[in-house]
Amino acid sequence: MPGMTITEKILAKHAGKATTAPGENVWVDVDILMTHDVCGPGTIGIFHERFGRQAKVWDRDRVVVIPDHYIFTADDKCHRNVQILRDFVKEQGLKYYYDPEFVTNHPGMPSPYKDPTKTSYKGVCHKALPEEGHVRPGEILLGTDSHTCTAGAFGQFATGIGNTDAAFTLGTGKTWLKVPPTMKFTFQGEIPPYLTAKDLILAVIGEIGVDGATYRTMYFSGDGIRSLTLEDRMTLTNMAIEAGGKNGVCDVDEKTLEYVRARSNVPAWEVFADDPDAAYNATYEWDLSTMEPLVAKPHSPDNRDTARNCRDVKLDRAYIGSCTGGKITDMIFAANILKGNKVRIPTYVVPGSTEVHRDMKRLNLRGVERQGNEKSIEDVLADAGCLLGPSGCAACLGGPSDTFGRLNEPLLCISTTNRNFPGRMGDKKAGVYLASPLTVAASALTGYVTDPREYVTTRIDTGLAGVA
Amino acid sequence: MQQIINGKAYVLGDNIDTDQIIPAEYLSYNPADPKERKYFGMYANSGVPEAQAGLPHGQVKFVRTNEFRSDYNIIVGGKNFGCGSSREHAPLALAEAGVVAVIAEFYARIFYRNSINGGYLLPLESTQRLLEHIETGDELTIDLKAGTVTNNTKTKSFTLNPLGEVLPIIEAGGVFEYAKEVGMLK
Repeated sequence: MPGMTITEKILAKHAGKATTAPGENVWVDVDILMTHDVCGPGTIGIFHERFGRQAKVWDRDRVVVIPDHYIFTADDKCHRNVQILRDFVKEQGLKYYYDPEFVTNHPGMPSPYKDPTKTSYKGVCHKALPEEGHVRPGEILLGTDSHTCTAGAFGQFATGIGNTDAAFTLGTGKTWLKVPPTMKFTFQGEIPPYLTAKDLILAVIGEIGVDGATYRTMYFSGDGIRSLTLEDRMTLTNMAIEAGGKNGVCDVDEKTLEYVRARSNVPAWEVFADDPDAAYNATYEWDLSTMEPLVAKPHSPDNRDTARNCRDVKLDRAYIGSCTGGKITDMIFAANILKGNKVRIPTYVVPGSTEVHRDMKRLNLRGVERQGNEKSIEDVLADAGCLLGPSGCAACLGGPSDTFGRLNEPLLCISTTNRNFPGRMGDKKAGVYLASPLTVAASALTGYVTDPREYVTTRIDTGLAGVA
Repeated sequence: MQQIINGKAYVLGDNIDTDQIIPAEYLSYNPADPKERKYFGMYANSGVPEAQAGLPHGQVKFVRTNEFRSDYNIIVGGKNFGCGSSREHAPLALAEAGVVAVIAEFYARIFYRNSINGGYLLPLESTQRLLEHIETGDELTIDLKAGTVTNNTKTKSFTLNPLGEVLPIIEAGGVFEYAKEVGMLK
């Protein structure tokens, strides 16, 4: 029989089997289950209904609750939903919960945290999970959110599930999974200064379509991937779901191990790699030196075009944020283009996590601790005229009508987020161009879709941003 | 499990994502609360742009204003139905509106899984593209035993793929009931 892939090995181990093959259905032990304020209340309801009001979760150290979606809104149902999470955390004695303490039962919009280092709130779950030490190679992470696949960047099996599946896992620690075949995407060469991982994943989705990886694993490989920061690898695996992928995965290397060793709250884990004779469902290859900055035009993540071809598209708004494009390296990419310039269109910036927000204040444009009067990333963005909001999912998924940056009218927006089906960011007549933080920042300066090569000539060093 | 399903079709296109099925602004309702749960029915399919709402002509409201149930109980879709967000509110919203089955060419996996594991509705696959053969408002009969859907309005029949390995979960009523049957749960 052929060798196995990372995903097949992880699923075999967690099913207590020596081997497993695509198409096989297995019951697996889950390492971590994550939920948030949008899917948590429904999940908790099913858990209580099915296992009983007195039931306890299978392991209180393996359930992670991260409110992040509807935090800065006056919708009192959203405040209530956070309270449902708090009550459950208390009832179950859960160890890992990141409370937005400023969300209270007072009516109206909660006042955002004043200092991102002095709040238990963490922001977007997919960014907070690795930061807080819940992501490790070789493990299985399930989350009630389609972008849970982000954590595959760390060499683990991570996928999104619904409330019923999450409630089942809460009570049993198990789920059934069909072992997915693996598609291999190889990137050769070193990433050029005008590209980010966002361009790579838009190239992949444009090639295979929004259903091109349905039920399959997307494995990102090659020296081009090794050249990426962990944060940029997260951009790749984050958008595996936009091609229908069950999970996305990258190889574990020194960058991964260093990060996980410094953060993990569990001391041991197992690293898996594809066998040399592992079987792939499909293989694709790109040479990074020949690739161009890309966009996904409205209304689908596979509606690929070059930024250059879209230069006549006049925009109403730019948006930099989310688990996909709101990481600290994304902010550094954008700030290096925006520095000393003014945006021509309203440009909303939302840090992906409170740690990202902290680092936007702490670091300079090279991702290094700023000295003396040196400007922070946040200063540079504010000087350029960007509108800065508190960390959270914010307008990436529209949300309540008072959400920061939400498209409440049929506007045309260029965004570092992940999905642009009709209505995703609010108004269903609005149009969203998905692009890299470089392309979004360049476009914010001109008011038209703009190829960042007009602004970037040398490599933007992100230092140890997003690592240390 | 009911073998014959009769109903009225509501036709949608390709890549209907779960944001269109239930827009994010309504996710603050708690599906675990029966008083709030019914609102998912009220807003089901409200994110679909008007031109694509009820093909071939569009401009057909799936649920009438201020109502909780739809006149249509079978959704006919194209490729990749239910893609995007993992929100279980999507199959739940369709079920709350009265939908008992979706017939599409194929599904995004999380929607498919949620539909089956949560026992909300039957996600059936057609063996051919049906968008050109079924119009919104057509009367359909699904025969699960025969594996067919008949468009009674146009007197034409089409084949469906067998439910295959998920059939035991569907027959049990969802993943909890199935797990009890196979001894995974007490």
